[in-house]
Amino acid sequence: MSWSAPNQERAAALLARYPERRSAVMPLLYVASLEYGSVTDEAMRAVAELTELTPAQVQSVASFYTMYKRDGVGRYLISVCTSISCYLRGADDVLDAVVAESETADGETSGDGMFTVEHVECIGACGGSPAVQVNYELVEGVRPDKGSALVRWLRDGRPDVVLGDEMQELFGGQRSFDWAVAESEGAIAPVPAFGPYGSAGEGR
Amino acid sequence: MTDQILTTRMEANPADSNTLETYRASGGYTALPAALAMTPDDVTEQAKASNIRGRGGAGFPCGVKWGFLADSFPRYLVVNGDESEPGTFKDRQLLERDPHQLLEGIIITSYALGVNQAFVYIRGEYPKPARRVQRAVDEAYAAGLLGSDILGSGLELDVTVHLGAGAYICGEETALLNSLEGRRGEPRIKPPFPAVAGLYASPTIVNNVETISNIPWIVTNGGAAYAAIGPETSAGTRLFSLSGHINRPGNYEIVMGMTWRDLIYDLGGGIPGDRALKCWIPGGASAPWFVPEEHLDVPVTIDDAGANGSMLGSGAVVVMDDTTNVVAAAHRIVRFFAHESCGQCTPCREGTTWMERILSRILEGTGRRADLELLLDVSDNISPGLRWPPAQTTICPLGPSAVSPITSIMRHFRDEVEAMVSAGEVTVG
Repeated sequence: MSWSAPNQERAAALLARYPERRSAVMPLLYVASLEYGSVTDEAMRAVAELTELTPAQVQSVASFYTMYKRDGVGRYLISVCTSISCYLRGADDVLDAVVAESETADGETSGDGMFTVEHVECIGACGGSPAVQVNYELVEGVRPDKGSALVRWLRDGRPDVVLGDEMQELFGGQRSFDWAVAESEGAIAPVPAFGPYGSAGEGR
Repeated sequence: MTDQILTTRMEANPADSNTLETYRASGGYTALPAALAMTPDDVTEQAKASNIRGRGGAGFPCGVKWGFLADSFPRYLVVNGDESEPGTFKDRQLLERDPHQLLEGIIITSYALGVNQAFVYIRGEYPKPARRVQRAVDEAYAAGLLGSDILGSGLELDVTVHLGAGAYICGEETALLNSLEGRRGEPRIKPPFPAVAGLYASPTIVNNVETISNIPWIVTNGGAAYAAIGPETSAGTRLFSLSGHINRPGNYEIVMGMTWRDLIYDLGGGIPGDRALKCWIPGGASAPWFVPEEHLDVPVTIDDAGANGSMLGSGAVVVMDDTTNVVAAAHRIVRFFAHESCGQCTPCREGTTWMERILSRILEGTGRRADLELLLDVSDNISPGLRWPPAQTTICPLGPSAVSPITSIMRHFRDEVEAMVSAGEVTVG
């Protein structure tokens, strides 16, 4: 196994969390995304080795779930919710604004690898619609002009860690519910920022 | 009368309701020693006596579900936090803002059921809630509330937080178990039910986040006290998620039994711009829609929703005002189900895709007069008879759920659908 030392540690810790190795396939696919940048064939072969499955079995899992990106993904994955509640509050206009500002079509990755833009189905932020995620960190109550500003901010600032609460402060509006504390833990890649899979910063 | 069980702590402690310190300071982890002083069967009896019905969508009595657990070991408890029903965001708040309440419920439930390994399955799009739950788990291990010999009782329990990866279908409990086993999230044919052969073919109880979060209160106050709250067959409080065209969107913990008028106009503050209410979805995208002429004064209970041809489902109320194009709204919901169909069953896989395409062409102005009957015909192939509660030709209820928006617009707004088709014919002609 040629993974980086932190990713090897993550993999070992994840395998220890489950009674059966196979159950670690999904978390390991996230760690493999960190290691390889996306869920490449090599990534799936590595996960197969770790879980004692065949690469085909791992691929059958990776191809089922929308959050495993097999075709490559930009530095910032911008997901705009366009399901019913967000749709009713103008989500299609937010998607249009993000597409225009990033010059990246829905479902595509920009030529410079900076952005992947996608419309997604409900992300559980209906009380704060329209909602957007950047590397799965949430911003609620986003209007089209703020969506454009968010894209410019990412392009100009190139943050290494994407923080949901920071983006909410700068670009968000109505939230699903209040939360008084700004969190300093966030995403280091287009993978859910969950400690066992990799994240950065101090949470509370 | 008690009207808040789950949300008092988070309202009183906006800065740190998620921490062990605050949880303990506000009475947390006192139900656990009380439960450990009871026999496991007595704890289960309290859950049965509470009459609490599952808060994930199906509304099955929790205590009865626990009673189905087969008499073999190991056994597993899996908490379903794959909240993905469009319109629903209640579990997210419970996970983020009071994870120890859930965790205490998990420990008590595991004691009652003879479980030594529990899982919390959280949807992949919820990294922040997952971080909060993981932190609570870490705190609980450090405090001797998880691991071996919990509080000196001999109880042993490990809790693993697992993230999904973007699949609505994993909210269906057997699909969730497949996912947790490292497989595609495809629902299993039942029987056997998970209580007999669930995770790793072992007896498994799958309960929703909100359901388990109520368990500490039920143990502390007694099942009978819980059962006494609200209408007899809709006991307890319940979190409703309000969204769409509503002045005050958000989660509301209420005692069931108020009317829809109270919920939308008093709690939700009515419709922005004082526009007219056109319709609303009473229980998530899977539920048939309600309209003001028929349903504003119907009580918000599980049984009244059912008697009126819909359901409370996951407690998601999506409000639409009179500017809403109902065909476009239905298309948005059908598109969701077409995307989320796992593909196992032909009526659902093909049917949802065709319904999306037919609604698309009506929206684009190229619909045909025959499309109205065609939509109903495809729907009938997924859910024969188009009755309520729905019949199904599929392994799980996802297919019939996709039929709900179709039957809703055909029943309440058929004239609008016909008008769109007619307008298209004029353009083409």
